[in-house]
Amino acid sequence: MTSEEIYSKLEPIIKTYLPEDVSAKEVNRKSDLTRELNINSAHLVDIVLDIEDVFNIEFKNEDMERLRNVNDAISLIQQKTSA
Amino acid sequence: MKKRVVITGLGVVSPNGVGISAFSEAIKKGVSGIEFLPELRDLKFSCQLGASPKISEEKRREYLSELQLRNFDSSGILYGVIAGMDALKDAQITSAKPDDAPHWDLGIIFGTGISGVDKFREAIHKIDDRNVRRLGSTSVAQTMTSGISAYLGGLIGAGNMVTANSSACATGTEALLMGYEHIANGKAKYMLCGSTSDSGPYIWGGFDAMKVTTYKYNDTPTEVAGPMSADASGFVPGSGAGAYLLESLESARERGATIYAEILGGAINNGGQRGGGSMTAPNSIAVQRCIAEALSNANVGGDEIDYINGHLTATIKDPDEIENWSISLNRKGKNFPHINSLKGMVGHCLAASGSIEIVSAILQLHEGFIFPNVNCENLHPKIASLVASEKISMKTQKTSLQTIAKASFGFGDVNACAIFKKI
Repeated sequence: MTSEEIYSKLEPIIKTYLPEDVSAKEVNRKSDLTRELNINSAHLVDIVLDIEDVFNIEFKNEDMERLRNVNDAISLIQQKTSA
Repeated sequence: MKKRVVITGLGVVSPNGVGISAFSEAIKKGVSGIEFLPELRDLKFSCQLGASPKISEEKRREYLSELQLRNFDSSGILYGVIAGMDALKDAQITSAKPDDAPHWDLGIIFGTGISGVDKFREAIHKIDDRNVRRLGSTSVAQTMTSGISAYLGGLIGAGNMVTANSSACATGTEALLMGYEHIANGKAKYMLCGSTSDSGPYIWGGFDAMKVTTYKYNDTPTEVAGPMSADASGFVPGSGAGAYLLESLESARERGATIYAEILGGAINNGGQRGGGSMTAPNSIAVQRCIAEALSNANVGGDEIDYINGHLTATIKDPDEIENWSISLNRKGKNFPHINSLKGMVGHCLAASGSIEIVSAILQLHEGFIFPNVNCENLHPKIASLVASEKISMKTQKTSLQTIAKASFGFGDVNACAIFKKI
């Protein structure tokens, strides 16, 4: 899967968890999920579960620690879908 | 010098009406929220009746965001949020904006018996399937007892004490008295208090097993013998939430707020599960003491009480409750105050019973009426020997009330009694 394809599926997942005062337009590949997009850190586990469902993969605890921005998510998904 | 405390906002999510105006209308007309529930029949419940508020999808979205409603499955939190936010709005107090400081002088005491049983059930299934990681982030907040106060705290931006009390069926009355003390002692200006209780078989099942619910009216839900009836054979389980915004009198006057009633005082005690009291039955001496202490705390004589909003559950304990009121107030026969029980219309809403019933009591005091006792034509003989039948009205009465009493009793031998006055 290309990173564009992944991003197009990932973007709506992330938008679901944006606080009401953060516009969906602010989401880009470099966005830090908690610091810039202000997503509640508790929701990171929900984002991971949604990613797992959409891409049919499973994240490990170590993978979670690497997840900071949108690009991190894309590379993790790429790794797991190509494995 | 203690501060005087008043109620300036009300909210209610009741099986027979959601919102203050619908509820007020319903209780005047004696509208019942009790219905036959096929789900309970399929699960082989003895009592296949229940009473739950009806909340549309649209209504849910009015109070909680799409994100908050994602994987949301806690009926009690939904009811509590609606009732609590309605009470705040009714008092014309606005939530702190996201970038504002919290409301340091606004606290919350909003109780429940247990939170999010359906959500908890879902979690248990996932855990047993060795899939604990799939719980996501929503399990804890919806199943913790303080879930309801935490949801309200976040929506409002409350910066004072935010907590959830729990004392079984006395929870709502206890919450009111705890909030009253907090304001009276000068620790907060506003306290949003109330209680909530989930709907459904997982919260009601234990009561069904204890045989404290009625099995006799599954085919005739409109005829369930009400509280104080000789035919009373157990309660119908209910659910919902009630809420009240408490405020210091000086603050309410300063704001020009609508004052529903003053809380003159009250008392909370426990029978110690001694002297006839147990986990499930009240120690009558403790009940009498609780009522007497409430009167004394409110500086009101038993002869001043115009109306009693009873706990009265439609079980064999109703005559004992009436006797306890009669002894504590030293009144009987035609001299006994007006008395009614909301449970004939909405069943026993368990942890939410006290708060929904307090809302009903305050509306009667404020508007000057007494709602009808439902399906109580055949008065229990022991009750009839203590109270003149005209004091247990089957019809709505218009009458001016000045000073009223509300009591709630619960498992664990807990008692709570509050005294209100019109000002």
